Amino acid sequence: MDIQSICVMGGTGKTGEPEKVERFELNMGDIISIVGPTGCGKTTLINDIELFANRNTPSNRLVMINGEPISEDFTFDPRKHPIALISQHTNFLSDLPVGEFLKIHAKVRGGDNPEQMIGETLEFANQLTGEAIITTTGMTELSGGQTRSLLIADAVIIGNSPIILLDEIENAGIHRSRALELLKQFKKIFVFVTHDPHIALLSDYRIIMKNGSMEKLICTNPAERKVAGELGKIDNLMLNFRTYIRSGQEISEKMMAEQMETLKLTN
Amino acid sequence: MKLIIFAGPPTCGKTTVIRQVIRRMLKKGHKPAYLKIDVLYADEDKIISEEFGIPAKKLYSGELCPDHCNVVVMDEAVEWAEKSGSDFLFVETAGLCLRCSPYIENSLGVVVLEATSGMNLPYKIGPMLTLADIAVITKIDLISQAEREVFRYRVIEAAKEITVVESNALYGIGIDPIVKHIERSGEIEQPMFLRGNPPVGTCTICVGKKEIGAKNHFGVLRTMEHDLFYIGE
Ligand SMILES: Nc1ncnc2c1ncn2[C@@H]1O[C@H](COP(=O)(O)OP(=O)(O)OP(=O)(O)O)[C@@H](O)[C@H]1O
Ligand SMILES: Nc1nc2c(ncn2[C@@H]2O[C@H](COP(=O)(O)OP(=O)(O)O)[C@@H](O)[C@H]2O)c(=O)[nH]1
Ligand SMILES: [Mg+2]
Ligand SMILES: [Mg+2]
Ligand SMILES: [Zn+2]
Repeated sequence: MDIQSICVMGGTGKTGEPEKVERFELNMGDIISIVGPTGCGKTTLINDIELFANRNTPSNRLVMINGEPISEDFTFDPRKHPIALISQHTNFLSDLPVGEFLKIHAKVRGGDNPEQMIGETLEFANQLTGEAIITTTGMTELSGGQTRSLLIADAVIIGNSPIILLDEIENAGIHRSRALELLKQFKKIFVFVTHDPHIALLSDYRIIMKNGSMEKLICTNPAERKVAGELGKIDNLMLNFRTYIRSGQEISEKMMAEQMETLKLTN
Repeated sequence: MKLIIFAGPPTCGKTTVIRQVIRRMLKKGHKPAYLKIDVLYADEDKIISEEFGIPAKKLYSGELCPDHCNVVVMDEAVEWAEKSGSDFLFVETAGLCLRCSPYIENSLGVVVLEATSGMNLPYKIGPMLTLADIAVITKIDLISQAEREVFRYRVIEAAKEITVVESNALYGIGIDPIVKHIERSGEIEQPMFLRGNPPVGTCTICVGKKEIGAKNHFGVLRTMEHDLFYIGE
């Protein structure tokens, strides 16, 4: 199936009232964010998208592809599943070594050169982690950050789906600006569930959730885009200090002054 | 009467799936009955009859292999369900025996596997999986999509012809396709026969007597009403 657009029709919130946002649409190349306090239903919304909800989930939402609902016993050829979901999980439960797991997943996803895919996946993942992931390590032995990095890399390289849903990639201490940079090289639909204002303002639009319900949809305006740039600089400053501290350096006022200088905030 | 037999390791989600299925069956006007077979303890019959007010019963297999118990009482169980005015009998097995399979010819065999149970499970449970018609993979909410895809692959590797359904049974996600399969399944035919070949062994079932009903067996037996007894020399 060739996907041009996905449309989500609102259902009901936790208390059963209809959602204020009646529908939103995702077109190829769109980046959107889903924001809101913990427990407000962000994960539930992207799960609905991944499952092609047909008014058959607790939220009663309907997801349409190219304007058509998907019947409930329709199953995608797993090799062509159009959606890759990077869930919030920070640990794997699969008792397989990383290499073997990736090999099977590459096979499931119908890659013609699994060895190369595994190499690329690990290379991608290792750019986001502190300590490199080794193929003979058990999946369950990976740290939280390594797990998230591998999930992202696997979804993009092996999954290679046109639509990527990411649940709070900022958690678990991975290099998130690097992740964003790497991800943006791929032309896909990205949906970020996030608590990070930088990611939210880099999106084309954001959906604000409350009490299980889509409350509001805001398109990013030019002023917000500018602010996003500034927030990115602050992010980098924090990351630089994190690197200093992780590598065992002592922090000096001079370092701070230098960092503030390179920041050049407009305010 | 349609007979739906659910098997699967303990705590894999059998009862949770069955409750979701029964809720939908009742809405569609069907009349399900429920039988739980377990070794030492079960409270599902109470839970189900309180929740849905349908005929529900439990049976302890005790010293018998629970699948063996299943074989010797199923004819009476079907009769009980018929008498109580039901048109579907759901049987939840204990799912402990990895040598036997509880499925009966012309019944629908459903194996429930939890996605969190490790990648080798599909290869470990033998006929419970390979002789089933449908594999329901539960607890998909607890693992990543990548793991789901790999687990599903392992299930299909172990049982090539099986229909796989993925479910978050707590929220009723993925239940509708199971209901469809149940509605489409065929009526049982009397006399009933066990599906597949029982393992080599020393009891009547283990040596291959496939007829259903205690009257067709000897050795250590039981019926719905009477606890273990012995028939033979
Ligand atoms: N529209 C809805 N209808 C009914 N229940 C809902 C709805 N949306 C969310 N819920 C329920 O609310 C709970 C929390 O939802 P969810 O896990 O999606 O929150 P979240 O925003 O992702 O939280 P966190 O930031 O902690 O990850 C879940 O039990 C979910 O089933
Ligand atoms: N998260 C999650 N938990 C589940 C799911 N299905 C069942 N459970 C839980 O798993 C436990 C055992 O389920 P139960 O149905 O009693 O298993 P049974 O022993 O096979 O009948 C219960 O605590 C259920 O709530 C599921 O899809 N997701
Ligand atoms: Mg969440
Ligand atoms: Mg049970
Ligand atoms: Zn047995």
